[in-house]
Amino acid sequence: MLNAQESTITTTAPAVCWACLAQLESVLIAQSVSSKGSALFCPHCGKIQPPAGGNYFSIFGLVPRLNLDLGMLERQFHKLSRKLHPDRFARASENEKEWSLAQSSLLNDAYRTLKDPLTRTYYLLKLHGAEIGEEFAGKDRKDPSRVPADLLEEVFELNMQLEEMRMNRKMGEVDEQLQSDLQQAEKKFLALQDEVDEQLHTEWTKWDEGDAQTRETAQKTMMALLDRRRYLSNLVRDVTETLGA
Amino acid sequence: MAANQEKNRVVGIDLGTTNSLVAYMEGSKPVVIPGVDGSNLVPSVVALDPVPTEGGRPTVTVGNSARKALIETPERVIYSVKRLMGRGVSEVQSELKFFPFRLAKDVEEGEVPRVQLGELAFTPPEISAYVLRQLKRNAERFFGSPVTQAVITVPAYFNDAQRQATKDAGRMAGLEVLRLVNEPTAAALAYGLDRAKEGIIAVYDLGGGTFDISILKLRDGIFEVQSTNGDTHLGGDDIDNLLLTIALDEIHAEHGVDLRAHPGAVQALRKAAIDAKIQLSTNPVAHFDIELPNGDRYQREIPREVFDDLIEPILQRTAAPCKQAMLDANVLPEQIDEVVLVGGSTRIPAVRQLVDDLFHLSARGKKAHTELNPDEVVALGAAVQADILAGASKATEELLLLDVTPLSLGIEALGGTVAKIIQRNSTIPASATEHFTTGVDGQANVAIHVVQGERELAADCRSLARFDLKGIPPMSAGLPRIEVKFLIDADGILQVSAREQRSGQQAQIEVKPTYGLTDEQVESMILESFDHAEEDFARRLLIEARNEAESILNKVEQARTNPAWAQLTAQEQAAIDAARAHLAAVKDGSELAPIREATLALDKSTQRLAELMMDAAVTTAIRGKTMQSAGEELSDNIAAPHPMAPAEFK
Repeated sequence: MLNAQESTITTTAPAVCWACLAQLESVLIAQSVSSKGSALFCPHCGKIQPPAGGNYFSIFGLVPRLNLDLGMLERQFHKLSRKLHPDRFARASENEKEWSLAQSSLLNDAYRTLKDPLTRTYYLLKLHGAEIGEEFAGKDRKDPSRVPADLLEEVFELNMQLEEMRMNRKMGEVDEQLQSDLQQAEKKFLALQDEVDEQLHTEWTKWDEGDAQTRETAQKTMMALLDRRRYLSNLVRDVTETLGA
Repeated sequence: MAANQEKNRVVGIDLGTTNSLVAYMEGSKPVVIPGVDGSNLVPSVVALDPVPTEGGRPTVTVGNSARKALIETPERVIYSVKRLMGRGVSEVQSELKFFPFRLAKDVEEGEVPRVQLGELAFTPPEISAYVLRQLKRNAERFFGSPVTQAVITVPAYFNDAQRQATKDAGRMAGLEVLRLVNEPTAAALAYGLDRAKEGIIAVYDLGGGTFDISILKLRDGIFEVQSTNGDTHLGGDDIDNLLLTIALDEIHAEHGVDLRAHPGAVQALRKAAIDAKIQLSTNPVAHFDIELPNGDRYQREIPREVFDDLIEPILQRTAAPCKQAMLDANVLPEQIDEVVLVGGSTRIPAVRQLVDDLFHLSARGKKAHTELNPDEVVALGAAVQADILAGASKATEELLLLDVTPLSLGIEALGGTVAKIIQRNSTIPASATEHFTTGVDGQANVAIHVVQGERELAADCRSLARFDLKGIPPMSAGLPRIEVKFLIDADGILQVSAREQRSGQQAQIEVKPTYGLTDEQVESMILESFDHAEEDFARRLLIEARNEAESILNKVEQARTNPAWAQLTAQEQAAIDAARAHLAAVKDGSELAPIREATLALDKSTQRLAELMMDAAVTTAIRGKTMQSAGEELSDNIAAPHPMAPAEFK
């Protein structure tokens, strides 16, 4: 019955300030796709404005790119938070409170998405029309059907060991051999994860700097890499949790 | 926007399980506002006064005097009500095993539980409202002007319903709650104020009834919470209950006396258990020595090692949340620069040892921070946050708190599984937009079940609310496109809005909160009109001061007939009589200050008398009871072995 889909920003930019009715100018950020943001505050009366159109990159005044300077992103996040956070509007009018809540939640959503390399990649690819399944929306669903072929055997083995480990815990038993096997497996999968990350980085640069043709190829490669990466991080998380429980 | 001084001050309130405090910013320094008895801590205890006024609001006593009533009239007193906030009837039912109070008989599942207090019944937010009103009055008395806006702290791991219940309590007490702040975050604010530090801080907060761990990153005055975890059901209360259970079992086994049927005696024993616990934080050994109804004495010696072993399982329950929080924040113990200890239970040496181990402190030549009083640090931080919200203050203009939601938000999907839409530890405010459609042609309603928690099945998570999207225009199945926006605000409370996109209609939402009061219910529970005009205010203060004087005079009058009076020295008696005469002389004057001073002086002069009376009451409460049938109230699930040192009979 429920059919949840992806989140997008659908608000459209208002042409005038809600408070003083002054004309609001759109700020064009770059030549790239839909990177049009508008003023956070009215240039005439200084009042906070409702979120205007744009995407998670344009909120930070950025062109959509996969290689991001995270230090810069954090500084920008802090700077904008100081201006937009509801704490700054605790005694303001209801309208201002509402827009501050809308603006700062959007800012937080954007920062959360962009600071993580994987969610950033998903987001940008989606912005460029990639068909990304529901499970990519950070919904944390396990999808056992997509075990990467080269890992099938190891994953099977690992799951057996994890199950045994959990049983041992329940019974209060300690199997040191098993524990060290699992630690080995964790190391191995972490290394595989790093490998994927490195490959992703290469594709990022291709995407950021390439022409349309290159981008399309890079996009396909990234989609496959993301699948693998997601699978690996689920595995690693399972192992870490089981070992650390 | 006025600065946070003189009029329209915003105060910071720590509404604790055991004690509550109110604080404010004095210039650039947060300070706690003492009550009329000079004490910074107001025990979170509410007692219903003996005769409720006809028709009107019942009168209640809050704080230290209510705590005294615990032993005399336990059936009219409630404490630790924070444990019941935002909980359902069956949850409260099992919680109450450890408390002397009971649910009202006519409470039904699905309602907000009401606790029976004498002849009346109250919801947990109402009880909290009485505590908040006392704090509000203390602040008003202190400033000599009305206080209507506050920041209230809550455990970081409080869910939506618990937060909403706290906000409701504020409203009932006549306070506009400008923000709910998480307790560990507030503590970090109090510590971070006078140090322009950068780095990663862990706050370990073990209070009376709740445990929180938060990991924060401090940078350029921004306190960014990275992760939080905890247990809203773990604290000093559990240690008290454990000691109490053991003592009750031992008394039963060795002396054939079952005290469980006698709430007054149980409370006296609980007090002894708490005293022993506190002693063990500084002494290597503590003693129980209580006279029993049959004339025997229950005497026990508890060495600290025995105590440490006893409480080990309770303390261990804080370890897993700490590890999970570090995992979620993606930090190793070695990367944590500072650890801050908050909450009275962190005075226990075994707790400090555990923290040292968890964060590898000694090994790195570090020590956890305990410079600020662990009972006060949360209130001090709340005052800092209050100052931030009031704006225009030099001391706090550079500071900003970015907190997170402690639990993931999800919606129930097909098959009862949960689709998470906002992950735990997301910075708040946070939002998620989801689209829903219909499954049947012409379907006019869509129901959405929102839950909070980390489990995969909705049934294992905490149900927040059911939203019914109504008035969907008739269309073929799957055609309507309803956009629902879920937003967690800066208080950590969920807001939901919806619209049907194809028809452009604003969809109607009917919200059924799973736990909690409706707006109308809260409205009907508001303690008193908080519309105090300025001119009324001075008058009200005067009336209150006179009432207070009247009440203490009456109490002293009665006390003179108490056997304890005879135990005082002649000088002590003379001093009390002098203070009494002085207060009687000034109390009807129109000046506020002399009445207050005289009241305070009388209160001070009677301190020893009050103590003597308390001691006597404890003994009577125990001796006065007969050995009736065994009560089933306490501890059907704690099977205590015999871990205390052997008794030493004199």
